[in-house]
This record gives sequence, C-alpha cells and structure tokens, in this order.
Amino acid sequence: MEFVSPEGLRLDGRRPMEMRQIRAEIGAVAKADGSAVFEMGNTKVIAAVYGPREVQNRTQQINDQALVRCEYSMANFSTGDRMRKPKGDRRSTEISLVIRQTMEACILTHLMPRSQIDIFVQVLQADGGTRSACINAATLALADAGIPMRDLVTSCSSGYLNSTPLLDLNYVEDSAGGPDVTVGFLPKVDKVTLLQMDSKLPIDIFENVMQLAIEGCKAIANYIREIMLENTKQLEYRRGI
Amino acid sequence: MLHSKTFVKKTRGGKVNKQVREHYLRDDIYCGAPICKLCDSSAARLSPSASTILLLDTNVVLNQIDLLENPAIDDVVMLSVVLDEVKNKNMGVYNRVRALCSNSLRRFFVFANEHHKDTFVKEMAKESKNDRNDRAIRVAAQWYQSHLGGAARILLITNDKENKRKAIAEGISAETIESYVKSLDRPDLLDLVVQPSSEDVEMEEVEDLRPSKRKVIYTEHKPMSEITSGLHRGIYHQGKLRVNRYNPFEAYVGSESIGDEIIIYGRTNMNRAFDGDIVAVELLPQDQWHEEKSLSIADEEDEEEDVHLVPSSADDAPRTTNLVQGCSGDTNAVSSRPSGCVVGIIKRNWHSYCGSLEPMPLPAGSGGTAHALFVSKDRRIPKIRIHTRQLENLLDKRIIVAVDSWDRLSRYPSGHYVRTIGEIGDRDTESEVVLIENDINSRPFSSQVLACLPPLPWSVSSEDLANPVRQDLRDLRVFSVDPPGCKDIDDALHCTALPSGNFEVGVHIADVTNFVHPGSPLDDEASQRGTSVYLVERRIDMLPKPLTEDICSLRSDVERLAFSVIWEMTPEADIISTRYTKSVIKSCAALSYIEAQARMDDSRLMDPLTTDLRNMNVLAKKMRSRRIERGALTLASAEVKFQIDTETHDPLDIGMYQIREANQMVEEFMLAANVSVADKILKHFSLCSLLRRHPSPTREMLEPLLRTAAAVGLNLDVSSSKALAESLDRAVGDDPYFNKLIRILATRCMTQAVYFCSGDLSPPEYHHYGLAAPLYTHFTSPIRRYADVIVHRLLSASLGIYKLPSIFQDRSQLTSIADNLNYRHRNAQMASRASVELHTLIYFRKRPTDTEARVVKIRSNGFIVFVPKYVF
Repeated sequence: MEFVSPEGLRLDGRRPMEMRQIRAEIGAVAKADGSAVFEMGNTKVIAAVYGPREVQNRTQQINDQALVRCEYSMANFSTGDRMRKPKGDRRSTEISLVIRQTMEACILTHLMPRSQIDIFVQVLQADGGTRSACINAATLALADAGIPMRDLVTSCSSGYLNSTPLLDLNYVEDSAGGPDVTVGFLPKVDKVTLLQMDSKLPIDIFENVMQLAIEGCKAIANYIREIMLENTKQLEYRRGI
Repeated sequence: MLHSKTFVKKTRGGKVNKQVREHYLRDDIYCGAPICKLCDSSAARLSPSASTILLLDTNVVLNQIDLLENPAIDDVVMLSVVLDEVKNKNMGVYNRVRALCSNSLRRFFVFANEHHKDTFVKEMAKESKNDRNDRAIRVAAQWYQSHLGGAARILLITNDKENKRKAIAEGISAETIESYVKSLDRPDLLDLVVQPSSEDVEMEEVEDLRPSKRKVIYTEHKPMSEITSGLHRGIYHQGKLRVNRYNPFEAYVGSESIGDEIIIYGRTNMNRAFDGDIVAVELLPQDQWHEEKSLSIADEEDEEEDVHLVPSSADDAPRTTNLVQGCSGDTNAVSSRPSGCVVGIIKRNWHSYCGSLEPMPLPAGSGGTAHALFVSKDRRIPKIRIHTRQLENLLDKRIIVAVDSWDRLSRYPSGHYVRTIGEIGDRDTESEVVLIENDINSRPFSSQVLACLPPLPWSVSSEDLANPVRQDLRDLRVFSVDPPGCKDIDDALHCTALPSGNFEVGVHIADVTNFVHPGSPLDDEASQRGTSVYLVERRIDMLPKPLTEDICSLRSDVERLAFSVIWEMTPEADIISTRYTKSVIKSCAALSYIEAQARMDDSRLMDPLTTDLRNMNVLAKKMRSRRIERGALTLASAEVKFQIDTETHDPLDIGMYQIREANQMVEEFMLAANVSVADKILKHFSLCSLLRRHPSPTREMLEPLLRTAAAVGLNLDVSSSKALAESLDRAVGDDPYFNKLIRILATRCMTQAVYFCSGDLSPPEYHHYGLAAPLYTHFTSPIRRYADVIVHRLLSASLGIYKLPSIFQDRSQLTSIADNLNYRHRNAQMASRASVELHTLIYFRKRPTDTEARVVKIRSNGFIVFVPKYVF
C-alpha cells in the first residue's frame, strides 16, 4: 500500500517529518495531586498522579527510595468497536511496565524514601502512538504534582514505510506492520531512556529513524515547557502576585 | 501550517463501523506552474509558456490513457482526487498515469487538491461520492483559474455532460475530449480517442437509428453476486480461460473444483472471454459433451468474408450459422471431457495487441471515419473492431490496438488504435512485434543507468589487486570455451594437476556485482529486464554494452575480476573440498566449442592447454555419467542455427545446432558450480536464498507423451526421472529421428523450471527434476541473467565480503523479484522462439522447398509436422 504519495504527502496530508497536532492541558482531575490531558492528533490520554504518599502495602515499601507504581488502561470507548477488555491483559501490563520504568528513571526517587507515587494513565481515544502520548501525559502530571524530576521525559514514535522514515505514526500507519520505533528522551541531559521497536530494520536506517523520533521528542519537550510556563503564569495570576 | 480537520468515514468490515481519520489541510501545496509568482516554483512541472493548462476528469483518464501517453497532450494537472478514483477503479491505468507524472520529459503535475486548504471540498448532505468528486474537480479548476489570473487558460476536460454543464455555469471553460483533440488539428490523434461506450448518449442514438439491426449475440454475463453464490454452491467453476493456440474456437478452463479441464467450444460459449481471463463456467448437460468436428479455421474465415464490405458496421457479421457445434447434427459420440459455457468474467486480461487490419477496400470518401477489423497476430485473440480516420495509412501496417469493451450486441470487441509499428512483412517491424508481444524492453539504457558505469577504458586497478578479499589468480592457466562469436563471456575454467594426483578445477565467473551495486539505477534496470534476450539477428542486453562486452567479459589476455569456485577433485571426479573466492584472473585463451573440440581430438597437440582440456573432459564425462546414473534427463529441444547474411541480415541457411563434447564438458562444470553455490548460500541464508527448482511432472501432464508413445507401440515408464530417462534411451525406432522426436515431446510435457525464494517452500520441494539435483541455482551467467547477480550477492554475503542488501530481509519483495525473473525468462524464451520462426518464414519466403517430414500430431483442423532438416 502507498503510505507516502510521490508528492511526499502521507495519507492524512502530513509530510513524512511532521507530527500530528499536539495539545496539552494541565489539571484535568481536581482530586489528584497532579493531572494532565495530552492529545496527539486523535489520540487522547489522561494521566493522574497521586503522591508521594504513604505506602499502601507495607511489604512493598523500599527504605531508601520511593515506590513508583503505574497503571495503564484503555477506556472501553477508546476505539471504534466497543469491546470490553479484561483488566491487566498482556498488552496493558507491558505498557504499564514500560511507562513505570521510564518515569522511574527521571523521578528523583531517593529524595522520597518509604513513600509511594501512583501514576494512572487512561487512553480516552486511541489512534496510534498511545504509548508515547501516555508518557508525555505522565510527565506533565508528575510536574503538576510537583514531584522532583531530573528532567522532563518526553516520548515520540517513528516508523519506516515505503522506504521513508515517518514521524509520529497514526493508527493506519502503525497497523501497516512496518517497523515502529518508540523513543523516550531526556532533552536537557540529551539521553535516551526508552527505546522499543517492532519488526526489524537495517542498522544504518534504524539510526536515521531513531534520530527522527528524537527530534520529535525535542519538539514535544519544547511544547510541554511552554504549557507548563503558561500554567505557572495562570497560577501566579490567580494568587494575585 | 497545519489545519486539522476531522471527518467521518464509514467502512464495511462485515459490520458497519464508524472510523475517524484526521485530514490535514495545508497552505504549502504549490500549483506547479513556473509562471506563478506566489508559489514556490522549484518543483514546478508545467511549461513556462503553457497557454492552456488541462485538468482531466476521472473518466477521461480511465478511458483515454492511450491518448494521454501521446506526447501531444501536455501541460496537464492531475488532481489527487482523480488519481485516487483511478486507483480504486483500475490499478493498471493508475500505474501508467503515475509513470507519466514521474516522466521528466512530460509535463504532468500532480496537485494534491484534497489536502490544499482552498480546494478541499466537504461532502454535502445527500450528495453522492461521485458528485462530490466532480465538485472537487470543479473547485480545483476554479482555484487554478483565479490563482493564475489570466496567465494561462484553464481547460477542464470531461466527458460527463452534467459535469461540463455545471462547470460552464460556474465560469470554467470545459470541453469534451473529442472536441479538444479536434481543436488540436491532429487527425492521427483522433484514432486514439476511445469512443464512448454504451452508457453514453451516442449509443442511444444509434439504437434509435437502426433498432432492427441490433440483435443480441451473446448471453448476458451473470451479476457478480450470482457468480459468487454459484461458485459456492458448485454450479459454476472458476478458472483461467486458455484458448487453443491452433484453434481459437476451442478453449480450456482449468478448474480446481472438478479437477479436470473444461472444454469450451465456439465463441458463443466463450461468451466474450479473452485468453487469460478469469471466468466462471457452467457445465453443459452431458449429452452436449462432444468433440468438435466440422469446424476448422478455414471455414470460419469464409464465413466472415463479406463482413468488411459493409461500410461502417463491422459488427454486421452474418449471424445465421452460429458456429455452434450442435447444428452439425451428429452428437452420438459423447466425449468424456466435460464441456461448458462461460457465464461471467471475473477478471479481464485485456491489454494491447499487435496485429494488422483486415484487408478491405477503401471507403469512397476517404478522410472520414471508417470502421475496420483488426486481426491480432496472436490467433487466440478475436478480431477487434476499431474506428479510424487514417485507414489508408494503416492498411499495410503492423499496429497496436487496445480493447475497450465488448457488449452483447456486437460480434467483435471494440477497441482503439494505439500506434503504428511499421510495414507488414518488414523484418525489423516483425522483430519489433516479437519484442512487444513478449513485453521485452528494447529501449536504449537511460542516462542515469549509464552514469553508473565505471569510466572507460577500464582496467583492473591496484586497489583491486591489493584488496585482501580478492585472490590473485593471474598466474593460473585460465581459459574460456563459448559459442563462436560470443562477446559476453561470463565463465572461464582452469584445471591444474596437483602433486597428490588430484585435480584443482576452477570455475571463474565474471564479477558483475563489483560493478552493479544494489539499489543503483543500473541495478533496478537490470532487475526489471531480468535477462538478456537472444534473437536471431540481435541481442537485447540486460546490462549496458560496455559492461557486457568489455568490463565484465572474461576475454583472453586481459586482466578481469572474477568470482571463483575452486574444487579439489580426485581423478574419479569426487569433490574433496570446495572454496569460493573473489579473484583476479587473466584468461589465456577464449576458445570456441569447435576449437576446443578440435584441440582435444588432435592427438598430436600436447601443449599444456590441450592437456588441461583433456583432463577436464575426462572428469566431466565421469560427472556426467554419475549424474545420469542419478536420473538426470537428457531432453531434446529443437535448436536452430541460422547463417545470416552480414549485409542484409537475411537468413542464408538453417541447420540444426550441433552439440559437441566440449559443450557438454563446459555445461557439466557450470552445473557443478551452480550446485555447490546453491549448497553454500542455502546453508547461510536458509530463508532468503534464490534457488531454482523443477517440479516433477504429474502423470496427467505426461499423458500426451504416453498416448503418443502408446500409439507407436512404445511403453514409457514415468514413475521417476531415472526410469523415464532409461526408457527414453531405449526408445529407438527405425527412424533415426524417432528418439529425438520422443525427447522433444517429453520436453514439451515438462513444466518449466522456476526461480523461487527458499523461505517460500519446504526443502523437499527444492528438488530439480530434470537435473536430478536436490538443490540448484543459477550462478554462472551474471552478465545475462539477473538471478545470477542476486546469487552472487548472496554468496559474497555468505563469505562475509559484503553485507546482505536490505531487500533480502523482505521475503515478499524477494518473491516478487523471483516471479518477475520467471516471467522475463519465459518471455525471453518465447521471443527467441518467435524470432527463429520469423526468420524461418523469411528464409522460406523466397525458397519453396521439398523435404521430408514427420507428422507429430493430428488435430481436427490440421496436423503438425516436424521437419528434421530445418528443425521445426
């Protein structure tokens, strides 16, 4: 199938190096300590963070650092066909683990020993790249909760179809079965904390595709920073400073 | 820059569900006209001086693709909405349009109107998809008009009346394709215009004019839904229709559902199906299963004699005697083979055909349009009715015609003229026809391809010599043995006696992959061509001439790069060890088969080269006998050699190609090299090797051979290839040609050997029946076969010299390459055969000859003979 036309346009009208429209909003769940909604095109994710708080299950308590827990789920209405998926299926367990590990790598857990941080992410609408959107939403929510972090971790995916590296695959491109590289990236330290790929790619092409995903992460980081700045200004304004 | 717009689409995947896709509208899509001041003109394709810019409607593109391919039509804007529609309707046309758009010589520009913020059109309530697309086309035309101001006239070409009316109402100039072509004042182009088919207005008028003359000739095709349900219930049978080469009124449909071939007699039963169409067939009741007797081609020709005399109505063919078998009366002889009739066509196999017009007197007022019947060179194709305005020019020409439609009211399909090749009977024209019919690209190589060649004059550089992977074998006594006059020498041999009494035997193959790099234009072109084609008077190369005849050719006394397979063999021809290496060689002699044979036979000669030859011949004989022991078949095919006049290129004499011991010797070592290489690459790349297999023939396929053999009182054992080989050896009759004839028949019963990707099949299926080898590939002729180039790459990757190119990781791509190679290989063979036939005919045109012949087969409408002296 033709995913990139000879004119250089993808099926949805983007060019290969373009991301979908992104939108973020801080503070969507009032009850939570920090929360955010993150959209990448038609993919929409909500994240809520609780903590640092007392460890609920004492046996899990770690004495020199915080316990980070993460739960990923997809809303029943997130895809077109309304299907009830059992909680804790393989896919969501895996994504939960991926998100937890990525977030753990940037949270300064040693500052909060014997405490617990819960991250809940739910996909409200799925259109490819849910993993990346969840990480971005979780970052914003963590920042909103005021949890100390090394850096803002951001994530973006890229793929390789019709011999062209493509940034930020949507559902149609994702289900084409080609390679799909998801990168988690710390922009300030310039380090990759997450790297996943489905299917296979020759190593030299892989480097290009991964570099493209990193560029995407950087763009998202800039946007997230803007959103946070705006949010802070709002808070300032509300307090009347 | 991004304008997000979400729209809703409904698709049916068993059930209806709503799908939401993003659709971005952009402001950075340019108009493609260099005169435009606002747009970025770096990607502009239209000509700067274009006075008229054409926008085409979908139905124009779909129906008039032959016209669009004519260089007279230029400065065209293809809208993406049109391209999408074309893609959905006809992939073949889409590919041709895409080729036009990417051709740098043509000025076709693709405008992505669906993603442009000003030309995107949202579907309105109660508006059909078609109307919406028509509106999108008009909106785009309007945008162009206002965007370019008055700098160029925008002309919308549409054959849809409604669309044209609306366009004119909206202030867009619009014309039909006919009126536009007429305004160009090019009468030859008018022939390319496809006449509107029945759904258009013109047809209705015709029907009004002569209602009595319209008569239904063919039964209607069943609707698709009925066919599918019929196939399910087993009433209909699906299969590919193959028309008998010798009798176009007889066709077969191989059906899996009843495991036998269904015979279809007569055009009425074939019901407008062409050779190669996928059809649905209904079986006739058993009392109608009978052999066709009375009908012969000659009869049919007589019947149609008066057709063309009626001006402008070629389909007024006599309909009285409806060539149906039933009228002959004697249906007593009920045949066991099922016969049937076509009820529907699932997939058409229409393409363009070469042929000529049926001779006919010129109509009185020349210059007007005339109808003519086109007779394809391929006899399996029915005559095709065409309109032409240049009848006098076309009558004695070979032309190409494309089929447009075949409705049930006309005896013959209607088509349109595409182009002229040349005069009938002219050798060049007829050769051209052979090439076109076999889809062989004989165009000269493009400049991009030629740019990939190393600079000439080329010689082995010191870098090559210093390269550690390249072994220096220049001191070996390497020589080549080829047909006389061969310029593309791709194999050479050497044979050295070792002190231990064993022999070191080497096969050196031209190192083509050193020059043809994966992914380069040269490589793409070669993989498309797939093989060199050898016609009687010329050769169509797979690689450009400098590579074929100089840089890669292992000529004598020059240093050349090679890929070598070197064995150590015992005097009993057992292989002790095998080694593969890239090398530099210097051939000391380029012998012809005759020279090599003469050297071996001349007992006075004792020079080292002759000794080598003799040693090799001894080894080869042992290998050969062992191979035959295993059950390899020696099949015969009628190979012909022409002596061609150097001046006029006319054939002077024909003779059978003589096979000498030297031929067999070289062949034996090439086979051994191929087998060794197949082993090696399969060991390293068990899933992505390119191998060659020859499936064992089934008993049904050998049926004609057995029947013929039984008719002359011969009993052949076909239980295995070995048994068959032995019984073929025993089949010696009184006639000296008898054995050869039987072998030719056996060859014709076999399936073709094919290339395949090793991951697609299981190891037992890799077997090569004819050679009785479990594994086989092609390694020894990379200059003329692309398969060998791939195998060279695989082998060098298995030696760790190069990385494996990325296409090998994509099995489907490798499979498609293998399929293309099989297709090209088959076509190349057909073309060589057709070329031989052609030259035989040219030869006999001036020389009526009496000679003896053998009758091979008797058919209802004639018989086939074999003339041993001229091998056909």
